[in-house]
Amino acid sequence: MTAFGYAAPTSVTEVLSLLEDNARSGGATQILAGGTDVLVQMRSINRQPRTIIDIKRLVETNRLEVDAKQIYIGSAVPSAKMQEHAELKSLYPGLLEAADLIGSTQVQGRATVCGNLCNASPAGDSIPALIAAGAVCDIATASGSRELAVEDFVTGVGQNALAEGEFLLGVKLRRPTASTKDAYLRFTPRTEMDIAVVGVGVSISLDGAECVAARVAIGAVAKTARLVKAAAESLVGTTLDDASLHLAGEACQAAAQPISDKRGSASYRKKVVGVLCRRALVVARDRALGR
Amino acid sequence: MTKIHVTTTVNGEAREYLCEPNQSMLDVLRDELGLTGTKEGCGTGDCGACSITVDDRLVCACLMLGAEAQDARIGTIEGIADESGLHILQSKFLEHAALQCGICTPGFIVASKALLDKHPNPDETTIRYWLAGNLCRCTGYDKIVRAVQDAAAEMSHPA
Repeated sequence: MTAFGYAAPTSVTEVLSLLEDNARSGGATQILAGGTDVLVQMRSINRQPRTIIDIKRLVETNRLEVDAKQIYIGSAVPSAKMQEHAELKSLYPGLLEAADLIGSTQVQGRATVCGNLCNASPAGDSIPALIAAGAVCDIATASGSRELAVEDFVTGVGQNALAEGEFLLGVKLRRPTASTKDAYLRFTPRTEMDIAVVGVGVSISLDGAECVAARVAIGAVAKTARLVKAAAESLVGTTLDDASLHLAGEACQAAAQPISDKRGSASYRKKVVGVLCRRALVVARDRALGR
Repeated sequence: MTKIHVTTTVNGEAREYLCEPNQSMLDVLRDELGLTGTKEGCGTGDCGACSITVDDRLVCACLMLGAEAQDARIGTIEGIADESGLHILQSKFLEHAALQCGICTPGFIVASKALLDKHPNPDETTIRYWLAGNLCRCTGYDKIVRAVQDAAAEMSHPA
C-alpha cells in the first residue's frame, strides 16, 4: 500500500471485516484508540502508510461498567473517564493510580489503558497494575471472541498476542471483595511526566489480618511486565509482616531481568523493585484494613 | 491519496474541511482552517502548546487526527475571547506578565480555562498538576500560576 487510509467503523463486525479485507489485500492496518502513542510513532519510528481503523465509535469499546460481579473497561475509554468514576476508583485504587501516572491532563483525556497494553512498552504503567488486578483481555476475533490473561497478552517489547484480524475490545476485572485492595507504585527521577524506572503493582486479599490471596507484578525491569508468583506465595498465609514483605521483595528481585539505560542501571533497578514491592504491599494492606 | 471530508464545530461555528487520513488536528487547524493561534511545540504531546478542547476535554491537537473531529465540538484559543473583549484569564496573563515569548501562551490559556471550567477554585497544587503538560521555557511558571489563581478568584467573586 502506498497511501494512508482512515476508517471509523461503528460495529465490531465492521472492524473485523476491515481488518480481514485489508490483510487479504496485503495492506497494513493500525488500530487507533486514544492515539497518544500511535500518532507519535506515525511521525517517527513507523512512517509506513497504512489503514487507520479508529475504534472510538463502537458501543462495545466505550463500555465503562461496574456491576455486581464484573468491571468492564472498553478499549476506547480514556483514563480521564476512569478517574471520574468514583466507584471504580474505590474498587481498584491501584489500577487508577497507575493509569493516572501516564502523561499530562491532555494525554489523560485521550490515552486508554487498553492502548497502553497494546503498545506493550516494558515501562507501561498500567500493565503491572492490570496484571496485579487479575485483568483479562476481551479480544474480538473473526469467530467471536477470546479471552487472555493480561500477563499473557504482552509477548515482547512492543509486541502483543493479537493475531492478524483480531483487536482488543476491552479488559474485564472481577469485582473485588471489600478486603481485596490493590496498589501501584513506580519510581521516576521526576515526580511527574516521566517514564517508569521501576513499577510494581500488587493486589492482596485479607481475611481478618491474614493474607489469603495475593498477586504481585513488576514493570520496567524486563522485556515485559511480569507476574511474580513466588512473591505472592511468600505472602499468602501471613499477616503481611515485615519478614513476609521482605521475602516478596526478594522474589521480585529474583524475577527482575532489567537492562541498564539512561534511566537507571540494572543493579539499581533490581534494588528498587524490592523496595517498591514492599512499599506497595503496605499501601494495599492499609487499604484492605480500611486505614 | 483520498482526502477525508469532515464536518465539525469549531468555537461554536459549523466548519467543514478535507484532510489527509494521517493529517493531525493541529495541521488541520493551522493549514486548512487558518486558525494559527494553536502552536506546534514538540509535535509529540509533551509540551501542550497545541492544547485544544474536544467535546470539552483538554487534548493535544498534535496527538489527534483531523479525521477524528467528525461531529465533535472543538475549542481553540481563538474561541476564548468574545465580542466584549479578552477573557479574564487572558487579562490576568497580561497583568501578571505570565508570558515572554508567547509560544506556549495559547496552550496555557486553553488548558487553564479547561481547568477553571472543571475546578472553579483550584489550589496551587491542583493548578500545577493540571498544567504539568504545558511547558514554558521563559517564565519559570510562577507568574502563570499566579495569573490563574487571580483569574479564578475574580471569576468566582467578580469585582
